Parts: sequence; structure tokens; C-alpha cells
Amino acid sequence: MAFSLNEDQTLLKDAADGFFADKAPVVSFRKLRDSKETLDPSLWGEIGAMGFSGALIGEQHGGSDMGLRAMGLVLEAQARTLGVSPLFQTGLMAASVLKLQGNAAQQGEYLPKIADGSLTFALALDEGAHHAPHKIDAKATKTSDGWSLSGKKRFVPDGAHAQILIVIAQTDAGLGAFLVAGDASGVTRHALSGVDSRDLADVTFEAVAVGDGAYLGDKPLDEATRDLILDHGRIGLCCEMMGLIGATFDMTHDYLKTRTQFGQLIGSFQSLQHRAAAMLVEIELTRSCVVAAIDAIERGKGVGEAVSLAKARAGDTLQLVTNETIQMHGGIGMTDAHDSGFYLKRARVLETAYGSSGFHRDRWAKLNAY
Amino acid sequence: MTDIETFRQETRAWLEANCPASMRTPMLESETVWGGRNATFKNPESKAWLEAMASKGWTAPKWPKAYGGGGLTGEEDRVLQDELRRINARPALLSFGIWMFGPVILEFGTEEQKQTYLPDMVHGRTWWCQGYSEPGAGSDLAGLQTRAVLDGADYVVDGQKVWTSYANHADWMLCLVRTEPNAPKHEGISVLLFDMKTPGVEVRPIKLISGASPFCETFLTNVRVPASQMLGPKNKGWDVAKRILQFERTNISASGFGSGAGLDLVEAAKESVGLENGKLANSDLRSRITKQRMYERAFHLTMRRGQEEAKAGAEVSHYASVLKIAAAKLNQDKTELLVEALGMEGLGWEGEGYRPEALKVTRDWLRAKANSIEGGTSEVNLNIVAKRVLGLRDHQ
Repeated sequence: MAFSLNEDQTLLKDAADGFFADKAPVVSFRKLRDSKETLDPSLWGEIGAMGFSGALIGEQHGGSDMGLRAMGLVLEAQARTLGVSPLFQTGLMAASVLKLQGNAAQQGEYLPKIADGSLTFALALDEGAHHAPHKIDAKATKTSDGWSLSGKKRFVPDGAHAQILIVIAQTDAGLGAFLVAGDASGVTRHALSGVDSRDLADVTFEAVAVGDGAYLGDKPLDEATRDLILDHGRIGLCCEMMGLIGATFDMTHDYLKTRTQFGQLIGSFQSLQHRAAAMLVEIELTRSCVVAAIDAIERGKGVGEAVSLAKARAGDTLQLVTNETIQMHGGIGMTDAHDSGFYLKRARVLETAYGSSGFHRDRWAKLNAY
Repeated sequence: MTDIETFRQETRAWLEANCPASMRTPMLESETVWGGRNATFKNPESKAWLEAMASKGWTAPKWPKAYGGGGLTGEEDRVLQDELRRINARPALLSFGIWMFGPVILEFGTEEQKQTYLPDMVHGRTWWCQGYSEPGAGSDLAGLQTRAVLDGADYVVDGQKVWTSYANHADWMLCLVRTEPNAPKHEGISVLLFDMKTPGVEVRPIKLISGASPFCETFLTNVRVPASQMLGPKNKGWDVAKRILQFERTNISASGFGSGAGLDLVEAAKESVGLENGKLANSDLRSRITKQRMYERAFHLTMRRGQEEAKAGAEVSHYASVLKIAAAKLNQDKTELLVEALGMEGLGWEGEGYRPEALKVTRDWLRAKANSIEGGTSEVNLNIVAKRVLGLRDHQ
């Protein structure tokens, strides 16, 4: 297993860290939040220009073909500074859906537009407050010249701004995945105001007509493919979570080394030293799981187990570290003027997305037959 | 075929030919092999297996062949371990010498010391123990008071050691002694190696809550040790001591505290608690078992990551403490969960009415309480991580 980064990956990591620190520092997120904006079009343009959005896309489709590990490094860097962009939904989710379920024509049409950042996507999957890919009621009915879609998707990430929605719906033959323009007739999008100030929407589909070309792969979305697509997403979330963990742990570590009380640096108090060290233990264990999960996807072996291990552990570790960040900062950590609250809010959304730690422990136990 | 594939094929064939059938069954506590001058082999195949492995140097696979080791590369060693696991081979030899002391003799010892001590370790002819803790020096190990005073060609050692693992069986001790009482505490310590039969060495086992006596008190009265048996420079013993602690922590972690054998947590819970609709009937226990198992998996992945990063030349010394802390937690959690999963059957002490493997669960659970104490308490290891890795300083 390759736990260490190779030379190209190290260069990419440095480039991505520098890029987001420069183009999307936390203060940019604060400005977006203050103005109630959930999209930064100029940042997205630059992400496309860097080749980040095409990391999973082959060169024949205009991508940079850097791979999942590279995409993970970019998502981690973006999360460190709380950068806001469609990269996760478009560059990772839509690219994975198209690659795993799309046919050649669909790939040829859309992958280049993901690679150059000219089109954004959002996966419209869940219909309730809890991730439940097996509970889909939205319907797709065959018509004479295409399909008619009806149903309601809730809490769709990037659902308000995405130009194309990838709608998962029931057909007579099982689940199907459909491409629907966000402004198509019959689509109603209600932007939600989530705690993390990101693009999130409820989306209703009322007899939305799409052509036959919108049906991805011209075939049902089988369970294995659905899970593999979602596992790609979960890995992306884990990488984002590692970014948040890194940022909040560093912030807290710095604070322990600079804040003085009782005439001493607070980091010289053993009760805080031990908790900081205990966090480091958890972080080291979690990072190994995240890398191992990417490795499992690249090898195509033991994917579900490896990904659920990573998502459950990353969720638990992130919860620990964000809570300790607030506690160790004391009162300042409770203020809106400090950044730690932004990380806490974003953390819980990522922990919940595509299955909470509990969801993934349950899945892991099932995969192990108990 | 690549060289490593050839090595795998040859190793597999050799193991097929040389690993006796009973050595491919789960290890029984009563059949573990620690070697030593007074070695006993309850199962004669244990002896054959040790001799076969030692003849290849594979009890210490990565040590140089010149000192009896296997001379294997890291990659070859991993293949060997894979192949041993594949046939469920028992460890041929359990040895503190090989795990902790041989590596520092290789690093700090004289050529004569290497020739004298290492081959005997490889062949299991000597059982070594570790003279570290004292009644007044536990977590504060560097405060040790056992004194060694030069008298002619010998050091004369006086003092008391405690928690000396298996001192009652051991042939040799690696002992920390104070050779310069007036120096700052870390700068007056040296390391002596001596035979446990040396006059003045007295050992008393200590009975623990598990009923076993793996640890001893060791009394040292006018023990004469030739000065040539000092390992490393005089008064620089703390450097050797710390290296040994790193090996000790890493090996404790790698062994998972030796509790790999015995009942599997999930299987035991399925059998004892039962399944409903394919899930463990107690959903709370199911969730906690899963957390523990995930922790264990994360731990093993991190061990591998540490090994890989070490191979790539990265600075990985902090992994020893990180992994020791994690290993203690995972083994204590596992043994607690096993007791819980077995209910009253997990709380037997001895005798009929309990399966032997359930009695082992009880004893392992009690034994595991020491995991966060031995080899440096979890608190001491947290101190090490806080200070050496995170750079957090003491009060000024």
C-alpha cells in the first residue's frame, strides 16, 4: 500500500495548499457568509484553470487525469481554508457518475465541461434528512420521446446553483440516473440556509420532461455501481474532513503555544497537553484509514469496508477535534469573530453527508456479517 | 519471476517442509516457547520448530547473518511474515532479547558483545530480562537508585528492581544502574549486562490480579559484573535506555499485547448474544464492538504506515509512543468487550463449568489492565507526544 505521497503528489499538494491559502483564505468565506452568498464564480474559474476540476478525467476528455488521491489532496487543501466551490459535486461526484454509469456519448459531451469548469452539477439523491440511498421514491416514467420525472429531493448539496442536476429515480427496471437542467420546466429549487452557509436546496420535480439522452448509460443504476459512486463521494468527504481536522488542530496547537494564563502558556498544563496528544493519536489513526480507503478504490478491493472505516473514523475524529478546538480556545472560540465556529459548523455537515459515523459502523458490521 | 517472488516460493516450500503440523494450530498458553538455559518443551514439535527457524536465522529475520540472524531485507521479512501467517504458524520463539535487547546490542555493543550475546538469542539459548523499574522509579525511570561502583575490573551493583518481567526464568539481565550519583539524573546512568546466576542476585515473583506472576522483584546485593559487560559508554546509558523503550513500545504494539490468540470478539458475541435479522441482538454492544474493531483496524493500518514511512527515510520516532497509547486502549477495550459479550461465562476464575477459552478471557481481561502501565504508562507516553511531537513545554 502506498501511504506516502510520490513526487508528483507532493508537488500537487504544495500547489493546492498554496492556491487555496492565496485565493480562498478563510476571510473570503467570511465575506461570502456575511453577504449570504454561496458561490464564488471567480474562484471556480481559477480551480478549472488549475486543472483541479479535471483531476479524475482522462486526457482524451480534456482532463488532467491526476487520479483520486490527487483529487483528495485538492479537496483537503480547499477544506483547510473553508474554500467554497462546486469542486466536490462537479469534479468528484458528477465525474464519478459519468465515468461509472454514463455511456460514451454522455462522457464525451459532459466530461470536458467538468474538466474546464464550464458546467456545474449536483447529485440529487436523498429524499429525507438521513442518508438513505435505498429509500428513493422519485419516479422516472418512460414517455414516447424520453422520460418524465417527478419527486422531491431534500438537502441537495450545491442544489441551488448547479446547472445540471443528476437525479436518482425509480424506473420500472430499478433505479436510474438522469441529467436534468437546473432551469428545466417543472423543476423548483428552494435554497436552504444551512448552518455551514453553503449551497443547499430542496428540489421538486413535477413531470419534468427529459430526452432519452438524459438517461445515464441507457440502463438501470445497479446497487454495486451506486455504492461505488457514493464511496467515491465519501472518500472526498473524508479528505475534506482531514482538511478541517488539520486546520483546527493546527489552530488549537498554536493557541496552546501562545495563550498565557496564570503566568504560564496554557500548553504547559498537563491536562491540556494530554488532550492535545490524545487528539494527535486519533488523527494519526484516522489518516491511515483515509489513505487506505483511497488505495482500496484504486485497487478495486474491499472498497465498502475500507470506505466505511474511513468515514466513521474521520467523523468521530473531526467531532472530537472541533469540540476540543472550541473548548481549548475558551470564550474566544465561542465568538463569531473567531474562525473556529465556521469549522465546527462545516464539520457536522460533512460528518452527516453520505452517511454519519453510525451509518458507516452499521454498514461495516453488515459487511462483516454481524 | 522476480527475486522476491522466488523468495516467496522458496519460503513457502521450506515452511511446508519444516513447520510441524501442531505448530499450525492456535497457540496454547502452556506451549509458548521462551527458550533459555532451562527451556522446557511441553510439545516436542515446539523444539523442532524452534531449531528449524533458528537454523535459518528466522527467529531474528533482519539481523545480520554474522550474528546468527536471517539477513533478510524488510521486503523479504514481510514476505516471511505473510507466509507464516498464511499457514497460521505459531511464533517459534518469544524473546525479549530479540525484540528489545539484540537491536541495541547491534547498535551500541562492541564486536565481542555482539558475538557473545546475539547468536544465543537467535537460537533461544538465553532468556533475557529488563532491569528497569525500581520501587522509587516507575514513571520517573531516570530517578533510579541502583548503584554500580567500579572495584578493580568489576562493577559492584547494589539495589532493587521491580516489575522485572519473567526474571524468575531469565538467564541474563540488561540492567540500568547509576554510575555517577552526583550528575543530573539522566547523565549518571549506565547499562550493565549480567548473568542471573551471578552471586547476589535474588528474584521473587509478584502475584497479580490475574493470578499469574509474570513480574518479579529482583534484589541485587554486591553483584560483581565485569566492566567489559557494560553496554555503551559509561554514564550515557540513558540513550540506550530510551532506544530500548522505543523498541519495547513498538514491540508491545506489534504484538497487540499477545492477545491475538483466543476467542474472536465478533464470533464470541454472535455465539453468546445471538443474531436477530442478521445483526447482533444487542445493538448497543454491536455498535461498541464495531468501534473497537475499527480502532484496531486503524491501528494496524497506522503500524504499516509507520513502517512504510520509516523505510522511506521519514522521521517516525513519535510513532512508538502514539502506537503504544493506541495499543493499550485497543487491547483493554477488546478484553472488556469480550467479557461483556460472554456474560457470566466471561467472569469465571477456574475449574469446571467454564470453557477453557472463556477462562482465558477472564485472565486476559485482568492482565490487560497493565497494558496502560507497562512499557511506560499511557500518561508518560502522552507526555512524550506532547513534548517531543507537539513541542509543548513544561511550566517555566
